[in-house]
Amino acid sequence: MSMWRSISWWFTLIVLLGAGLWPIASGSATGREDMFLILMLVTLASSLNILLGYTGYVNFGHIVFFGLGGYIGFYLMHRQGWSLGPAMIAGGLATAALALVLGTIILRLRGAYFALATIGINEAVRAFVANFEPFGGATGMSLNFAVYQAYGGAAQALWIAYGVLLAVTLLTVGISFAVKHSKFGLGLMAIREDEDAALVLGVRGPRAKTLAYALSALFPGMVGVLFFFKNGNIEPGDAFRLHLSIETLVMVMLGGQGTVWGPILGAALYERLRGYLLTSPLFKSLHLAFAGMLLLLIILFVPAGVIGWLRARFPAIRRVIP
Amino acid sequence: MSLLEIQGVSKRFGGLQALNRVSLHVSEGEILGLIGPNGAGKTTLFNVINGVYRPEEGRVIFRGQDITGRPPYEIARLGIARAHQIVRPLNELTVLENVMVGACFGRENRSLREAREIALAVLEQVGLAGKRDVEAARLNVAEKKRLELARALAARPYLILLDEVLAGLNPTEVATMLEVIRAIRASGITVLMIEHLMHAVMNVSDRIVVLDYGEVIAEGIPQEIAHHPRVIEAYLGDPRLSQSLLEAQGG
Ligand SMILES: Nc1ncnc2c1ncn2[C@@H]1O[C@H](COP(=O)(O)OP(=O)(O)O)[C@@H](O)[C@H]1O
Ligand SMILES: [Mg+2]
Repeated sequence: MSMWRSISWWFTLIVLLGAGLWPIASGSATGREDMFLILMLVTLASSLNILLGYTGYVNFGHIVFFGLGGYIGFYLMHRQGWSLGPAMIAGGLATAALALVLGTIILRLRGAYFALATIGINEAVRAFVANFEPFGGATGMSLNFAVYQAYGGAAQALWIAYGVLLAVTLLTVGISFAVKHSKFGLGLMAIREDEDAALVLGVRGPRAKTLAYALSALFPGMVGVLFFFKNGNIEPGDAFRLHLSIETLVMVMLGGQGTVWGPILGAALYERLRGYLLTSPLFKSLHLAFAGMLLLLIILFVPAGVIGWLRARFPAIRRVIP
Repeated sequence: MSLLEIQGVSKRFGGLQALNRVSLHVSEGEILGLIGPNGAGKTTLFNVINGVYRPEEGRVIFRGQDITGRPPYEIARLGIARAHQIVRPLNELTVLENVMVGACFGRENRSLREAREIALAVLEQVGLAGKRDVEAARLNVAEKKRLELARALAARPYLILLDEVLAGLNPTEVATMLEVIRAIRASGITVLMIEHLMHAVMNVSDRIVVLDYGEVIAEGIPQEIAHHPRVIEAYLGDPRLSQSLLEAQGG
């Protein structure tokens, strides 16, 4: 793979690995909790970027894959006795398969209609899960504490979940990089720029879009399993938080859609910002309004995000920051 | 041998009959000029050929295969490429990337690496090599027209559809572009071109088909067309066109 000869990929890998391994090296549990959140958001934002940034389709319902993947993995661990790894892979594959089916239907829609459909999907899945008895209905499910014994106790299980998340994050960003620099990715970007022109040039629009949607659904499905495994319980209100979808969108836009580093930087920046807002009493209940304002400001003044802004000023960084 | 065969194609937009049982053929290796007043249905015919519109009636046969109603991307892969009348650059991609899209997803379905080589060669051919790393949005109109052409060429099609690629170019640029079109044909690609510049199309075409109100009103070699009474009549309504028709007759 030519990717392994690319400076910018090595740069990306080393930065992520360095940041991700730091809590493990220092053994700090609070450091691990902070990084868990950041890595999770990086994964959500990077996977959303495949559809939003590369393909140009705005998805307000990205979090549905996080929630549903979480539910499926949780069910497999809780009711079927699966271990974390297989449950996580099953969660991811299930959400990717769902996106494959949904994609063939709703990706016929363009622009605002597609965006609206994605909100509908989130709400429909939430309503379904809340009434689905095997998933515990409206009250959800809680893991039996004994489950963690298989991982050497609860404390150890948290470290394991963190390690697996780090691997999933590297995989997500790696795939994002590979897609961006592939023929498939070129087709997606052609669709983003002018879908009809892309079709005339021979890009198989329906298939490419559906694959992009499925790929962008795979990773949140996996991360959902890790998150709710660590959380110990899952319920509809937690799993399908529409506002997390919107915040993920803000992260991608903030960092710079369509770049590999945009979602990474955007997720990290937004998480810091939100952490500050949530501790400030003035902003505590307003943080979603803040996210909306931020989105508006980005779209109006820096539509290319932080990375786009930096690149426009310092073209040389293109070589390092993909 | 007929490369493209259009058989009784009709296309309506609401109450407007844009194409009315149009039949024509394009022979392998020729340059066929398609002319006619504004709104005659020329661009619509291109849209039917490459699958953007499905005709209500008639069939489009390409290399012996019925391609009527197939999606544009399948038709592109079968070997028909197109340069749009209204340019459609992929704005945020570079000039090189734009042309690579053509090579990657066109008839030859090339890998990214091969597409890059092809794109560089084509950019050289159309005189855009110096702009390869510029965002397509930053090109001027004449350059965007050449980009349209380059993308279509990079697909290595059997048939190329050129929709007014000379429009808006100055006389020197027109002369250069005509050379490029001849070179395209010399490289083995069949050309179907819509053109308003009468002297140019008369000069470069082997054969000409005239469309008016969605119907074929004349067909023949350039000299016949320039003196065809129905063509002259159709063009009288359009001062600009009749002027250029007169010039073409004189030259
Ligand atoms: N998508 C469309 N919807 C409605 N009318 C159209 C559409 N495309 C073309 N037309 C009409 O069809 C006629 C033929 O248009 P067109 O093929 O663009 O003409 P030409 O290329 O010969 O100038 C015109 O009257 C035009 O207004
Ligand atoms: Mg036209």
